[in-house]
Amino acid sequence: MHIPDGYLGPATCGIFYAIMLPIWTMASKIVKKTLSVKQVPLLAIGAAFSFVIMMLNVPIPGGSTGHAVGAVLVAILLGPWAACIAITVALVIQALLFGDGGITAMGANCFNMAFVMPFVGYYVYKLISLGSPINSNRRVIAAGIAGYVGINIAALITGIEFGLQPLLHHSASGQSLYCPYGLNVAVPVMLGEHLLIFGWVEAIVTAMVIKYLQKHSPELIKENEVKL
Amino acid sequence: MKLINKLWILLGIVVVISPLGLILPEHFKAGSAWGEWGADEMKELVGYIPQGLEKLSTLWSAPIPDYAFKGWEEKPIVALSFAYISSAIIGVIICVGIVLILGKFLSKKK
Repeated sequence: MHIPDGYLGPATCGIFYAIMLPIWTMASKIVKKTLSVKQVPLLAIGAAFSFVIMMLNVPIPGGSTGHAVGAVLVAILLGPWAACIAITVALVIQALLFGDGGITAMGANCFNMAFVMPFVGYYVYKLISLGSPINSNRRVIAAGIAGYVGINIAALITGIEFGLQPLLHHSASGQSLYCPYGLNVAVPVMLGEHLLIFGWVEAIVTAMVIKYLQKHSPELIKENEVKL
Repeated sequence: MKLINKLWILLGIVVVISPLGLILPEHFKAGSAWGEWGADEMKELVGYIPQGLEKLSTLWSAPIPDYAFKGWEEKPIVALSFAYISSAIIGVIICVGIVLILGKFLSKKK
């Protein structure tokens, strides 16, 4: 889901940077008010965990690869604004140091994976787990569904970003200047492979960690309980 | 053991198994992620390299491209796995470092 340089035209790149700037500002302001000093190491682990989980490429035999992101998990434990900051850090390092995701596409990639995904996942989790006890199975299932829905909405939006390019930019002879695949290909492929494979990886990882924390550190799940 | 230490260990385990993200796709003959092809792959797929893509794709030259050291492209999978784990360790250290520093500014004062 890391869009490289050259797949999105200048207009799309610019718009997503412009959208992300106020989101990053807002995230900084809110996190400054809500994150306690003792939660900072957990946020650091969250960013690092997301970084590494995105390296764990899962193959579709004979086809393409994809991976989980971990953004919904971080959002459940520390809130969606803190998750936005943690995942942004992971994505920036991946782009700058490892060429995974483009510099020009950074705004779009952060919008998809560091904003849409943690926020969608967080509210799906809140909705399903509402009123359930901290140690209930409903919370584990809620976390799994939240991970699945979060990554798939992110994949859908990524597909739309790719798919809009041939409409926006093409040469006089009809050749695309950037991503050559339109909405009719990009959306079903991006969404399809996440619905079928990668979404399940995200769901299992998110649910398993919540299950583990229910046993070993239920206060972590409780801590973020009231904040909406 | 304190939970935070358990989580560090868990993170360490994920770092150590990270080369699976390299080995499994290779074993199952899976190519690049969709929409993350290089210019050559793009030419094979659609018959041409989109002009804008050709220009922008060389904009940034990452120091450790695709989690492999430069010039290691043809090395055996064991060497590439070593580079992959090294990349994961570097990434983890920098992620943790940056968030800890950011956290100094972005957390509520007691």
